[in-house]
Amino acid sequence: MVRCFLIHTVCPVSALSSGESRVLYSRVFGPDEGAWSDPDRGLSPEERRLLQKEKITVVARQVRSAVSLSREASGRLLVETVSGEEALALQEADGGVARLRAGDPFSEEMSALWLAVQSLGFTLVCEPHENLLLAEGTLRNLTRHCLETLHMLGPGSEVLLRSNRVDALLSRLLPHGQLLFLNHRFAQSLEKEVAAYLAK
Amino acid sequence: MYAHSSESLIKQAREIQESELQKFHSRLGKLLQGKELGHEAVDSLQRLHIILSATKYTRTSRCCFQMTQSMSRKLKPQQAGSRADLSSLCAQLLRSLESRQSEGPANSLTHTLPILNTILTHSPDCLTEGNHVTLLSKKLVDWLRYASITQGGGVPSGGFFTGPRSRQPVPTAELDGTVSGDFFTVLCVGQGFTEDQWMNVYSFSMLRHWLLTYHSVSNGNNTADTDDRSEVDGSVVSMVSATSSSSRLLPPKERLREKAFQYCQRLIEQSDRKAHKRTDTDLQKACLVEAVCILDCVCGEDASLVYRTFPCIKALFGRLSSDLSFARVLLPIAQFYLNHGEMAAVDCECVWKLVFGRFPAELFNNQFLAHELLRFLRLNLESLQLRVPQYSHSFPNLLKFLAWDSPAVVDDFVDLLPSLVTAGTAVELLHTLLDLPCLSATLVLQVRCSHTSESTCLPISEPGGRGLLSLDAFRSQSFRGLFLFLLRGEAGSGDTIDRLSTLHELLAETADWSRVVQCAQTVPVLLHIFFNTVIAVADEKLLAHLVQVMLERSSLLLNIPKYNKEIHRVFSSHLLRLCKLHPSLVVDQSHELLEFAGATAKVYSKEEIYTHVVWVLGEYLSVSCDSRCSVKLITSCFETLEAVLFEITSSAPPPGADCPVPRVVTSLMSALAKLASRSHDLIPRVSLFLSKLRTVTRGGPVAWCSDEEDLVAIVTRGEELWSLLKAPGVAQSVLTPPALVTSPQWHRDTNVAMLLRLRLGLAPM
Repeated sequence: MVRCFLIHTVCPVSALSSGESRVLYSRVFGPDEGAWSDPDRGLSPEERRLLQKEKITVVARQVRSAVSLSREASGRLLVETVSGEEALALQEADGGVARLRAGDPFSEEMSALWLAVQSLGFTLVCEPHENLLLAEGTLRNLTRHCLETLHMLGPGSEVLLRSNRVDALLSRLLPHGQLLFLNHRFAQSLEKEVAAYLAK
Repeated sequence: MYAHSSESLIKQAREIQESELQKFHSRLGKLLQGKELGHEAVDSLQRLHIILSATKYTRTSRCCFQMTQSMSRKLKPQQAGSRADLSSLCAQLLRSLESRQSEGPANSLTHTLPILNTILTHSPDCLTEGNHVTLLSKKLVDWLRYASITQGGGVPSGGFFTGPRSRQPVPTAELDGTVSGDFFTVLCVGQGFTEDQWMNVYSFSMLRHWLLTYHSVSNGNNTADTDDRSEVDGSVVSMVSATSSSSRLLPPKERLREKAFQYCQRLIEQSDRKAHKRTDTDLQKACLVEAVCILDCVCGEDASLVYRTFPCIKALFGRLSSDLSFARVLLPIAQFYLNHGEMAAVDCECVWKLVFGRFPAELFNNQFLAHELLRFLRLNLESLQLRVPQYSHSFPNLLKFLAWDSPAVVDDFVDLLPSLVTAGTAVELLHTLLDLPCLSATLVLQVRCSHTSESTCLPISEPGGRGLLSLDAFRSQSFRGLFLFLLRGEAGSGDTIDRLSTLHELLAETADWSRVVQCAQTVPVLLHIFFNTVIAVADEKLLAHLVQVMLERSSLLLNIPKYNKEIHRVFSSHLLRLCKLHPSLVVDQSHELLEFAGATAKVYSKEEIYTHVVWVLGEYLSVSCDSRCSVKLITSCFETLEAVLFEITSSAPPPGADCPVPRVVTSLMSALAKLASRSHDLIPRVSLFLSKLRTVTRGGPVAWCSDEEDLVAIVTRGEELWSLLKAPGVAQSVLTPPALVTSPQWHRDTNVAMLLRLRLGLAPM
């Protein structure tokens, strides 16, 4: 199962200290874990929610660090692409996978797959025994959709204001965190449904 | 690309005033009273959400919070707050699955399986009640194996003149366009899909997890089966899906296993077809991975399936092994071989050649493969060490992953390195670790030279178009051997090369390449792990050899800023530790240690390790540590150190060097005092030096010490030693305490306590 999906910054943000990442969208899957995980049992729903938020922030930070180290090592120059060039941006994207050790921040070990498109990172946190090939393909697909429907290559704060679009996308392509084996026909069918929902 | 407008929106949200928030809140409340949620309501909820996130509930917005909670509950009816809720949710979901939904939208069932899968992850025992497991197994069998093989969606098949009557059922197709000849799977396509075909996709997507969980949960439940138990052994059932009628006699669990087996075999066959679309090709690979994992799982449950499965897996291996683009598929195959190869008496040699040979050597720059391969190693460490004889010799290859992308995989190597430390390869491993930055540079050069480098566009040619020395060297015949040694795949052909210094010169310009620097930063921690591990497996001979390597390599390292210092620090601490554990090492290696300590230049360039060498000489070169220690040896050591001390305190440092660190001077003095206390003839020589030192320094500043306070400290120490040496008998017991003192009770004995204070004063730290 996928534990969470996040969209966050991977470039310096003036309001934050260097190395920190602004989480623009996050979605955690699974039942409200705090309800029956022992260490969190005594917490109120608000506290649990905050704890979850902290965990997401930790993931974002770790991925940000992985992205900048990877970019530094490869020495590639970032090319700015604009709206309409989503396919190119995706092709040029850096991708990788970071190991999140048990306890840091999830109680079990996780694999954080990431795609960095210019200043934004798209991260999928999976249980490591998950089919990472499938997860990678799913992440790529999700990223492409996000870039297109939210016009992320342009200016504007669409990602913050249109998070319901990402929700809709996730509910079809990654229902309750379940990775799906979708050939192009099945994928097209789901994408049509999403488009129909967004048009309303 | 990340817009200024997003930041300003967040800033606005944070700064919103209480009154503004209240107004917004009441407007939102009105919007939410309507039955339908219009655009405005959704938009307002979004904004409210941003406000709440940005402020972390510091506002009195409890009602806002409750509002969003109730809203999300409206949108997600299936929320369970407790375990009891969860059980009833399960029952509800399964009931909905059971009733045939001929009316209602196709998607009404589609979320059921993902939800059940989630429950499976977090609370698997919810499903063991009643006959949930049996029920779901049966449904899964139906969907996986008996889904419709005609296209759904009611697509008209003809043109203007065709009517409903001429609508023929069109069969589904394979990914290469041919008509499907067998049951429906995720690799089948059609213009539209029926509901059970959708359920086929959802079922397969959760199948592995179901099989893994189900079989640890279900064992209390078999009595609920209503099917007749078959006495037919599973292995007798035919592999060909057309004649699977006898499998109907199997109980649900075994039946599902059989169908899963057939489904996976079909996927493997389907993956051999040439798909028209790139995304489908990727899906085929993912399906292969999943199929092999599921087969591995079912064979684990029913060993008789191994004989039916292996021919298929072997054939798949044969088909894919020469194509590196399938490397990630070959890893689950390797896992299969590891788990079942022994049982089936299959030779796995060819598999290990790939995993430990070709993959690291040729795919070191594939991040995903690195992650998965290293994980495979971590999970199967014990098994691999047993079954794969070449494992411990494969570190030159495996370390290529680390040399290329240290930050991503260093954690994995922290876990794996101990298993690679063996007495037979320890020395070579130490050299390899020290030269990891060189390997890193070499791999960059190799990628640059190969024509298929799509991954790095490293601008490593100089702006003026000047060629790189390192690149030329890499390509030239005369230095080929050096690079080939670094790029070797296996240990055993030699600890290191003779022309190491040449190699370092050739690679000097790579010392500021990011990849090389990142790699260098991980070496110290790996060295610590190496030494901590090797102590447990090494005999004294090996430890002696390691001490030699440390001394030799301290001046033979790629010159990366801070790298040398860090390595010296690691060496120093482990030299100390090794000698403490085996004091006789010092007498054993006295020749090498003295050679090191006698080189005055090292005082200026390698002060950390120099200090430690001097300290161990002073501390452990004694008869009480090793009976082979002769007066001659003590005298020769004394003379070596004395010469250096004279030299560094009689003149200014050589041009370009700083003054010797005070600690070096004091440790030399202490060592001389210690040695003299064991051979009393030497005492006058030390005393003479120390009194001369006092005299000289009284005359004002000296050329070899720029700081007055430091000078005072040196002189004070000199005086302490001088007065100690005036009573040779006392000096001996203070400066060479018997072994008893090193055991932990010393703090209680008042006599010994003084010795302890003095000992602490004389230690190099």
